[in-house]
Amino acid sequence: MSDLALTRDVPTMVGRDLRMSVRNVDGFITAIALPVMLLLMFVYLFGGAINTGTTYVDYVVPGVLLVCAGFGAATTAMSVARDLESSIVDRFRSMDVRGESWLAGHVVASVARNLFSTVLVFAVAFAIGFRSHADALHWLVALAVLSAFVVALSFLAAAIGTLAMSSESANGMSFAISFLAYPSSAFVPLPTMPSWLQDFARNQPETLVIDAIRDLLNGTPAGSAVWIALLWSVGIALASIIVGGIFYRRRTAR
Amino acid sequence: MNELAIEAVDLVHSYGDHWVLDGIGLAVGRGTVFALLGPNGAGKTTIIRILATVIKADAGRARVAGFDVEGERHDVRKRISLTGQYAALDELQTGRENLVMMGRLRQLDRQTTRAQAAVLLERFDLAEAADRRVGTYSGGMRRRLDLAAGLVTNPEVVFLDEPTTGLDPRGRQEVWDVITGLSDAGTTILLTTQYLEEADRLAHRLAVINHGRIVAEGSADDLKQRVASKRLDLVLVDDTTYLAVAAELGRQVIHMHRPTSTLGVATNGAAPDVRAVLDRVDPSRDRIASFAVHTASLDDVFMTLTGHDLEPTNV
Repeated sequence: MSDLALTRDVPTMVGRDLRMSVRNVDGFITAIALPVMLLLMFVYLFGGAINTGTTYVDYVVPGVLLVCAGFGAATTAMSVARDLESSIVDRFRSMDVRGESWLAGHVVASVARNLFSTVLVFAVAFAIGFRSHADALHWLVALAVLSAFVVALSFLAAAIGTLAMSSESANGMSFAISFLAYPSSAFVPLPTMPSWLQDFARNQPETLVIDAIRDLLNGTPAGSAVWIALLWSVGIALASIIVGGIFYRRRTAR
Repeated sequence: MNELAIEAVDLVHSYGDHWVLDGIGLAVGRGTVFALLGPNGAGKTTIIRILATVIKADAGRARVAGFDVEGERHDVRKRISLTGQYAALDELQTGRENLVMMGRLRQLDRQTTRAQAAVLLERFDLAEAADRRVGTYSGGMRRRLDLAAGLVTNPEVVFLDEPTTGLDPRGRQEVWDVITGLSDAGTTILLTTQYLEEADRLAHRLAVINHGRIVAEGSADDLKQRVASKRLDLVLVDDTTYLAVAAELGRQVIHMHRPTSTLGVATNGAAPDVRAVLDRVDPSRDRIASFAVHTASLDDVFMTLTGHDLEPTNV
């Protein structure tokens, strides 16, 4: 197995996963309809009752992006689990396709689906009054922080897919990821929560990532939040790669 | 050049404390078709998965296409294809897209891949459905595409795990034709089946497997001489006659069903043979109510070869 084959197999796998993403009705709705509905729901239904000190749409956009990343993770975990359930991974292995190529295909397709949702959320957000006070550099950093987290969640989702015994359980396990956005600063300011919850919410990665993105887009100084958010992403990605690798080998050894 | 395409010695494999393979040895000549015949859970799939380098044996060694399945598995993988029991295809991709993907993963260039996919789609009678999603295919079409997916490069050794299970008679015939064609072209084929008829029809040699052991091996003719290809069922007039005839026939009985007073014996199915059995059992023509000739089932083979009934295990 040469490295040349690896570099050729990854694009083939990405092509496969993207083609199937577009054709998978559930996944496509998750990537398109859910983000938009979530944004509109929070801005128009709940937003009026929540006092954040800013326009609510400006406050809520980063949180909506992260919830969507969680939904996207569920799609990824399910497609990884589905491949392992079927005998296609056996065939790939007998064809000398490396597990890394196969997983990379899923992760890249996952990131692509998420970035598509992100663009869509920003487009709708601008249409309903979202305004940013950030310059181009801050925008770039904000997108980098978001992308890093999306990549990390994609690896996490792939790892969940390798350890779930069915695509249904992969879906269930990934639910926890999208739920993690609620006890965070995504939709309501932390001081409105009971104090025991505030401690958790303040220190969990989604709050850190959301706060960093929000500050960057507002043009307010984000400070060390950017680095801490990036560190979390790197940590989640590395842990997921290790866990995913272990479970992939365990699953395919029998 | 080694004339054995597949050579396995003392393969052992277990899942936890459950022994799936208990010392399997195989020798498959280059260009021949070899069938592993056995019930569900006998260990057939495990043997195929070890030889196709998908899993490792706990002990024993095997060479495929001249290379060791562990130490030289990359060399093995270049020369084999595996078509499992369940279609390994993407339902959301079209037939053509599936084949092109397999070709690319086999490191063929784009142009060769597309040409090869077109040839295979034509050969497997899928040209019309080529650009439809596999999700819309019938069972027979999926199986044909699944076989085609294993042939984008011309593998030296093809592993087929129960290639006709679940197919209707027409689909089965189509798969048989494909296997015969591959074999005529010089490809070595190792297939598994639960049907004696299929092994008989396709394989030059076969091994009967039960509980992870080979209980008989030889050419189909060798085994048929030991087994007889048909079973003659005699329905006796009453239970007393049933017991009397069962005692007379002794070990010749390969099937018994007391509630219907039925005893089965091996036969070649030819009229003289059947007539001789009827005359021997019932010279006075008052003991046999009716009779029927069946194609011998796997159970009959087992009964004859091992002296006891097939015991399906669930693995």
